[in-house]
Amino acid sequence: MKALVNEAPGLPIDRSRKDHASSWNVREKLLLGLSVRDYLAQMMRNPVNWVLAAILLLGIPLLGQRYLFGLATVTHGSQDYPWGLLLGFGLFGMVPLSASGFLLSTAVEIFHRKDFLPIERLALLNGLLGYFFAVIYLLVDLGMPWRLTYPMVVSFGPAAVLFLVAWHVATYLSVQIAEMVPAFAEWVGWPAAKRWIKSIALGLTIAGIILSTLHQGALGALFCYAPAKIHPLWMSPEFLWLHFFCSSIFAGLCMVIIVSTLLKHFMAWRCDDRFLDNLDRITIGLAKGSAYAMITYLVIKLVAIAHDQEWQYLITGWGFYYLLELGIGVVLPMVMFARGVRNHNVAILRFGALIAVLGIIWNRLNTVLVAYNWRHYQELPTWQETWIVFTVLAFYFIIYRFILYRLPVVFAWKQP
Amino acid sequence: MNGPLSRRNFLRTGLATFCATLIGTHAEKTAARDFEGYHQSKGVLVDLTRCIGCRSCEAACNKEQGLPPPETGFDDPSVFQLDEHGQPRRPDDRAYTVVNRYETEFADHPLFRKIQCNHCLEPACLTACFVNAYTKTPEGAVIYDADVCVGCRTCMIACPFSIPAFKYSSAFEPRIMKCIFCYDTRLVNGLPPACVEACPTEALTFGERETLLRIGRKRIRERPNRYVDHVYGEHEAGGTAWLYLSGVPHDEVGFDMDVPKQPIITYVKDFLAIVPMVLTIWPALFAGFHLLASREQKTIETNHASQEDSHESTGQ
Repeated sequence: MKALVNEAPGLPIDRSRKDHASSWNVREKLLLGLSVRDYLAQMMRNPVNWVLAAILLLGIPLLGQRYLFGLATVTHGSQDYPWGLLLGFGLFGMVPLSASGFLLSTAVEIFHRKDFLPIERLALLNGLLGYFFAVIYLLVDLGMPWRLTYPMVVSFGPAAVLFLVAWHVATYLSVQIAEMVPAFAEWVGWPAAKRWIKSIALGLTIAGIILSTLHQGALGALFCYAPAKIHPLWMSPEFLWLHFFCSSIFAGLCMVIIVSTLLKHFMAWRCDDRFLDNLDRITIGLAKGSAYAMITYLVIKLVAIAHDQEWQYLITGWGFYYLLELGIGVVLPMVMFARGVRNHNVAILRFGALIAVLGIIWNRLNTVLVAYNWRHYQELPTWQETWIVFTVLAFYFIIYRFILYRLPVVFAWKQP
Repeated sequence: MNGPLSRRNFLRTGLATFCATLIGTHAEKTAARDFEGYHQSKGVLVDLTRCIGCRSCEAACNKEQGLPPPETGFDDPSVFQLDEHGQPRRPDDRAYTVVNRYETEFADHPLFRKIQCNHCLEPACLTACFVNAYTKTPEGAVIYDADVCVGCRTCMIACPFSIPAFKYSSAFEPRIMKCIFCYDTRLVNGLPPACVEACPTEALTFGERETLLRIGRKRIRERPNRYVDHVYGEHEAGGTAWLYLSGVPHDEVGFDMDVPKQPIITYVKDFLAIVPMVLTIWPALFAGFHLLASREQKTIETNHASQEDSHESTGQ
């Protein structure tokens, strides 16, 4: 792609007009201004696509098996573990990693931190896709996925935490789609749509903060339905929602650091100078924000243990595992962030962000799978379920890349 | 939104936020604070000292509810062995009730315990369900409506007794499977459920919950050597319709003594209470932050501009 872009004049497409006489048409925009043959050739050349193809080759039949013959054919179908890896990773893991949208739009729109502007759209896209694919994971895992809209239209259980999650995720998805409209409007050339969204940007942002606070927290509160089933160290009826909300802050920020790092290294042709030149400075800012969220998170974790008088659990095997999760998943990246910010060492920040993101996924899996039923037994997911998780993740990657190639997310759409 | 906050802009933004709030306020009405269950609702008193583990109740339930035939007969003692995870049997999508055998040092013979839905007074499955698929009937049964269920399985997470089971094997008609107290065939007519009727040793007594509690306490009082002084289900999970007397400590025969004494919804109320707070306070708070931040910005710009003006007039 990089080579092609350098050869042809006018590529990559970053404005509506091709030259003085004509505009890019939709087909050209979709094919990135390449011929079909060139486009396919660049696809085949990319080794990442072969890995994706290998995942999908087995994954799509597995998905078919799930929908035709039932969940039990790909998962344990466990009565003791009603939520497995599909939700543990797909819903409880993806959603905190997608908090980036509301965080960066808050920084830019509410607090006027225009210095984060170059990365705002990437954060919004990361949020939108993360939520969208959390819903996809949900559609794989739900017993009757064709009834997804039931809590909105057919039957209401308004006292349930999941009711709140369903409504808020649905509403917030709409908000995030609206927030991505400007980028799409520039690409297709509908300036009116962009102006309209800009005029309600503050409302959208505030709605995003409300909805995010509540449903990030609600995902934690869901586990308060099982106070006796989850190990006390991971369970705190009063504070669990705060743990989930607070950890989503650094999870979302760290996810943006990771994605932007990948872009810088593998898709620099698509980024403009405003993005590339500011990225190191922005990364330091994001890492600083993450570190503040992390120390807050650690303190609330400590408060929960003190509040429930759970100190004695810390000296058991479970306590060791708990401290390991916090030590590697939070304290280590936090220290790396502190050092990296002080020394302006961006590489260590990027590595720390990777650890923090894995640490959050680890924490959610611990809550859903490891600490759940801690008095009984633990269950390893089946290989089919694991493969399906990676299959959906592959789709996520493909769509993410598809959009980044085309819409003005990490580059500015130029006036004709 | 850099320009001055015009009345028009303010109204527009306010309206957008308000709409988002309206959508959000479908949320969270908590149950009445002091609900103690329906009066005269029915229950079953299980006297474990009388249970001989014959599994007649399992067979009767299987027949009454039209469940699939068991893998081995109802007289096969091998079902009492633990599974590969070291767990005894539990109700699942093929059996609404199971009887398990327990060896304990408190007795010189094996003991048995029947498990099925305990039909809580304030059921966790019901309060956790986001499509209201569960109903607690005035007769005391907790019933389930498969027509609205989405299959999210939160009820299985929430149930402190791990009763609801999911029919994972079905691709097109999966559903939750659980004991419904023989509600539609028997309880509405005032009849005891099939398992109670089938019990040959009168280990199961059907009646009003209040009456059963009195009978249970009376048995404990009259024969203190035979019974442990605890009626399991009187307070567990906020009280259940099914109540259990045991001759040995209840945890020796598989009862979970860590089940909280309050209804499960109590543990979620802390979160539910903050929902309206966030919905009402956040808009004002963050709109305020925005105003402060943009004002500061403007001041800086104005100062900057006036300084430049005073230093050197740049013209157009």
